[in-house]
Amino acid sequence: MKTDTIAAIATAVSDSGIGIIRISGDDAVGIASRIYHSKDNSKKLADVRSHTIHYGYVYDGDTLVDEVMAVVMRAPNTYTKEDVVEIDCHGGILVMNRILDVVLRNGCRLAEPGEFTKRAFLNGRIDLSRAEAVMDLIHAKNDFALKSSVRQLKGAVSGKVRSLREEILYEIAFIESALDDPEHISLDGYLDRLQEKTVRIHKELKKLIDSADNGKMLKDGINTVIVGKPNAGKSSLLNLLVGDEKAIVTSVAGTTRDVLEESIRLHGVGLNIIDTAGIRDTEDEVEKIGVEKARKYAGNADLIVYVVDASCALDENDNEIMELIADKKVIVLLNKTDLEQVVSEEDITGKMTQVSVIRTSTKENTGIDEFERTVRQLFFGGEIAVNDEIYITNQRHKEALAEACESMELVLDSIADQMPEDFYSIDLMSAYASLGRIIGEEVGDDLVNEIFSKFCMGK
Amino acid sequence: MSGIREKVDVCVVGAGHAGCEAALACARMGLETVIFTVSVDSIALMPCNPNIGGSSKGHLVRELDALGGEMGKNIDKTFIQSKMLNVSKGPAVHSLRAQADKAEYSRAMRKVLENQEHLAIKQSEVVELLAEDLTEADGSYQKKITGVKTFTGAVYEAKAVILCTGTYLKARCLCGEAITHTGPNGLQAANYLTDSLISLGVEMRRFKTGTPARMDKRSIDFSRMEEQTGDERIVPFSFSTDPEDVQIDQVSCWLTYTNQETHDIIRANLDRSPIYAGIIEGTGPRYCPSIEDKVVKFADKERHQVFIEPEGLHTNEMYVGGMSSSLPEDVQLAMYRTVPGLENCRMVKNAYAIEYDCIRSDQLYPTLEFKKISGLFSAGQFNGSSGYEEAAAQGLIAGMNAGLFLKGKEQIVLDRSQAYIGVLIDDLVTKENLEPYRMMTSRAEYRLLLRQDNADLRLRRIGYEAGLVTREQYESVCEKERAIASEIERLHNVKVGANKEMQDFLERKGSSGLKTAASLAELISRPELSYEMIAAIDPDRTALSDDVIEQININIKYDGYIKRQLKQVEQFKKIEKKKIPADIDYDEIKNLRLEARQKLQRFQPVSVGQASRISGVSPADISVLLVYLEHFASIGNRS
Repeated sequence: MKTDTIAAIATAVSDSGIGIIRISGDDAVGIASRIYHSKDNSKKLADVRSHTIHYGYVYDGDTLVDEVMAVVMRAPNTYTKEDVVEIDCHGGILVMNRILDVVLRNGCRLAEPGEFTKRAFLNGRIDLSRAEAVMDLIHAKNDFALKSSVRQLKGAVSGKVRSLREEILYEIAFIESALDDPEHISLDGYLDRLQEKTVRIHKELKKLIDSADNGKMLKDGINTVIVGKPNAGKSSLLNLLVGDEKAIVTSVAGTTRDVLEESIRLHGVGLNIIDTAGIRDTEDEVEKIGVEKARKYAGNADLIVYVVDASCALDENDNEIMELIADKKVIVLLNKTDLEQVVSEEDITGKMTQVSVIRTSTKENTGIDEFERTVRQLFFGGEIAVNDEIYITNQRHKEALAEACESMELVLDSIADQMPEDFYSIDLMSAYASLGRIIGEEVGDDLVNEIFSKFCMGK
Repeated sequence: MSGIREKVDVCVVGAGHAGCEAALACARMGLETVIFTVSVDSIALMPCNPNIGGSSKGHLVRELDALGGEMGKNIDKTFIQSKMLNVSKGPAVHSLRAQADKAEYSRAMRKVLENQEHLAIKQSEVVELLAEDLTEADGSYQKKITGVKTFTGAVYEAKAVILCTGTYLKARCLCGEAITHTGPNGLQAANYLTDSLISLGVEMRRFKTGTPARMDKRSIDFSRMEEQTGDERIVPFSFSTDPEDVQIDQVSCWLTYTNQETHDIIRANLDRSPIYAGIIEGTGPRYCPSIEDKVVKFADKERHQVFIEPEGLHTNEMYVGGMSSSLPEDVQLAMYRTVPGLENCRMVKNAYAIEYDCIRSDQLYPTLEFKKISGLFSAGQFNGSSGYEEAAAQGLIAGMNAGLFLKGKEQIVLDRSQAYIGVLIDDLVTKENLEPYRMMTSRAEYRLLLRQDNADLRLRRIGYEAGLVTREQYESVCEKERAIASEIERLHNVKVGANKEMQDFLERKGSSGLKTAASLAELISRPELSYEMIAAIDPDRTALSDDVIEQININIKYDGYIKRQLKQVEQFKKIEKKKIPADIDYDEIKNLRLEARQKLQRFQPVSVGQASRISGVSPADISVLLVYLEHFASIGNRS
C-alpha cells in the first residue's frame, strides 16, 4: 500500500535542550535528503545505510536553519514500519517550527495528532491497547506518569478490570438463566445478594476512577483555582508560587479583573493555577465578568485554594464563597498572619467540613511550605511514589470506567425502584461491556457460555 | 432415468415447522409452490417436546404471527394448556407457552396446507439439487438454482428452492448400543441430499440432539407429583385470534424430581452411553442436556426437575421433560423407575439421541439465501438451529425472501433492534455456531423494545408490505398505534392538583401524596399505580381496549429504560450503517490478527456492525478496520 509522508515535532514544543522532528512515509528519506547537507557536502542521506546517524545541517534553500543530527531508519524495522527520518535539532520553539516548516514544504504533510502511532498500529507494529499506552508515554510530563504508563503496559489495570468483570458476568448469567428457565431457577431472595455485590463493585470502580483523576493530574497538572474576596492576597500567593510578578499586586480591591493562569511544579507535581478576580457583589461591568469567570473556574477545579484575609471578619461574601466550593477539595489559607488575627480556624471548619486550614503570610512568606505539603498529601496520601496502587492514565479507559460506574448506579436505582429482575441485567451487561473495552475484550458468547457452564438448564 | 417433469416457482424441501411456514408464505404471495415431505402424515410433526413457546421462543411465535405466519394461529386452535411465563418479572420477559395436542397440531396445519391456493403437497424424497454455473460474475453468486430431482426421478424446475430438511439428512438414532439409520420418530431418513449439497460446494456439519421417553399414562402415579395447571385467563398467541375463543378447559402437567438413586444408576452405566463411549460424533446442545450430561456436569446437584406433560387429549403418552437420554433401553427403564410417581412406569417410546447433517450457517446471507448459490434458501435445523419456533421463524423469512426474490423486490432483513427473529438470523449468519442454536432472551440486546406484547406494532407493516398481512389487519395496527400515542400524550398533558380530594384518593390506593400538581402520566409511572387504577380521577378518558391500555402502562412505566435502549439502538444503527466495500482485501490490513482476517474473509460482512459481531473479531480488530476504512477513504479522496 502506498502511503503519503507525514512529519511532526516529536518532542514537547517548549524551550528545551533538544528537539526532534520526525518524518515517516515512502518519501521520508527523499525529503530529508533534499534539506540535509553534510559538513563537506559529500554525503547524501538517500545513500546512507539504514539505522545510521549523521551530523550535518538543515538548509532552507540557501539559508542555514540549524545544526542537526539526522537518523535514517528504513522500513520495516521502524516505529511506523515505514521509512522514518528523525532530525535532532536544538530545542526551542522557533527552531523546531522552522525545520518542520522546511520539511513540510519539501513534500509531506503535517501528521495528525497520534498519527505515527496510528500508522504503527495500522501497519501491524503494535496493538491498540499498547498504542494508547505509548501515546500516554509520549505525553507524560513527569516521572510518575511515565511509571504509570509502563505499569499499564504490564497489565495491572487489566487484571483488576478482569476480575470485576468476571463477578459481574456471574450475576448476569444467574439472572438470565432464571429468566430463560423460570421453572428450574428461581430468583427468590436474590435481591439482597445482588445489592451487596453491586455496592461493592461500584466502590471498586470508583476507586479506579479516582486513581484516573490522580493519573491525569500528574500528567496534565492539577487544576487549581485560587478564590477569595478582593485583596485577600490571592495574587500575592500566586506570585510567591510562580516566583515572578506576573499578577499585578496592589492594595486596591478588585485589581485582578480577569483570570490569570500559570503552570508551576510542586515537588514534581504539576499545578495549573488560575488566579481569579475576587468574588464579591460588584457593579463594575468589567469586574463583573471576572467574578462570573471565577465562579465558573471554581466549578471545574480539581483543587480550590481559598484565601481569607484573617485580619478582617468573615462576611456575606465569604459565606457565598464557602457555599460555592463546599463539595470541592479545598485548602483554606488564613492569610496575613503578619496583622492582627480576627478569623479563627473554627470560623472556617464550622462552616465547611473536610478542609485543610493553614495560616500563611504571603507578605512574609510563611506557611507556604506547609501549603505545598498539604497539596501533595491531598492527592497522593503524603507520598508521590506510591507503588502498589493502580493508576489509570488513559482518558478512554477512564471514560469506560465512568460508564461502568454509572451502569452500576443504575442497577442500584432499579433495585431501589423495585424494578423487576430483568432490568438489572441490562445495566449489568452495559457495565460488563464498558469494562471489556478497557482490556480490549468483546462480549461475544461470554454470557451464553457462563450460563451453560454455571447453571443447569432444563428440558 | 425418465420421469415426471414439472415447472413451478418454488420448491420447499421438508414439511416441518420451517417448511410449512416457507411454503405458505410463498403460496400466499401468489407463487406456484410445491412442498416435499418423506411422509404426508408427518407434516408439522412435533417429534420432541409437546409445547410451543416458552421464554423468548414465545416472542418468536408472536413476531412470526405479526409478519403473517401460521404457527401462532395453529397453536391457538390446538393447545390444551397455556401459561404466561415470568409474569412476576418485567414485561420484556413475559413469554407465552402452550402445551399442544401434538396430533391435532399436525392435523390442523396439514389442513391449512392442503387448502392453500397455489400450494401442492408431494410425498417424495428430494435427492438432488439442480443448479447451473453462472457465466457472468454476479456479486458473490457462483451458481444459480434451477430445481430439484426426487428419488423417483421426477424433476421440478423452479426459480427458488428452500431447504428445510430438519434432522432428516443422514439421520442416525441412538439408544445405547441400538442404532438405527432413521429420522425422528422412526421416520425414513434422507440419505442422498447431503452429497448433492457437497457437490455444490456447501460445507456441512453434524449436530445431535435428543428426546426423552414417553410413558403410558396409566402406569404413572400422579399422587406422588405436584400438579401444574395453566393460567386462569388465557392469552392467545395470534394477534388475530379472539381471546374469548381460547378460554378452554385445560389439562395439567406434573412435576417430580430425580434423586441420588437415579444418579447412581446413570453413573454406573455411563460406559454404555454412546456419547460417553465416543460413538456419537455430532455436537449436542448445552441448553437441553441429556440427564446423563446433567448428572456428570452438575455432580453436586442433588436432584433435577422432571416435568410430566401430556402429548395430547387422545393419547395416553406422557412426555418426560428433563430426562432425555441415549442410554440403553434397560438402563433407561431402571433410571426412570427411581423417580417418584414413575416407579411402575411403562415406556411407550424409549428416549434416544439423533444425529443429522446440517450446514455451516455462515454460508448464508441474512436473507437466508446462500451466498454462492442464487435462488437457494434454507431454514430451520438444517441451518443449525434447534426448536420448532426457531425453525418456523426462519421458514417464514426464507419463504418471504424467496417470494420477494422472484418478484424482483428488495428482500427483508430484520435487524437486532427490530425483532428476536433478527437476532436469531443475525446470530446464525455471523457467528460460529458449534452447537444447535436456541433462542434465549439474553441474546437480544434490546429486549425492552422487543416485547411479545408489541410484536404487532413492530412488524405488521413489514408483513403487510410483503403481502402476508391483510390491509384490514395492518390498518387495525395503525389505528392501535395512533390510539396509544394520543392517549399517552393526553396523560402527559392532563394535570391534577395537590388538593385534599386527590391526597385522599392516593392514600386509598396506597400511594404517597402530591406536593405540587402532577400529570396523570406521572401518577401512572409510580410502581404502585396503573392506568386502570386512576380511572376515578380521570373522568375524560374514553374506553380503550385492553391491549392499548397494556401498551400505555408499559410505555409510561418504563419510559426511562425504553428511552435508554432507543439511544443504544441509535448507536447500533450507526455502526450498522458503516458499509464495507465489497472489494475489500483483508490481507492488506496487516494489523488484523490472523484469526480476524480469516474470519472476515470468510464471512464477508456487509457492514462494520456485522463484522463486529463475528466471533474472533475483537474490538481492536474493528478499530483497525475502521482506521483502515478511514485511511482507505482518505487516500481515495485525495487521488
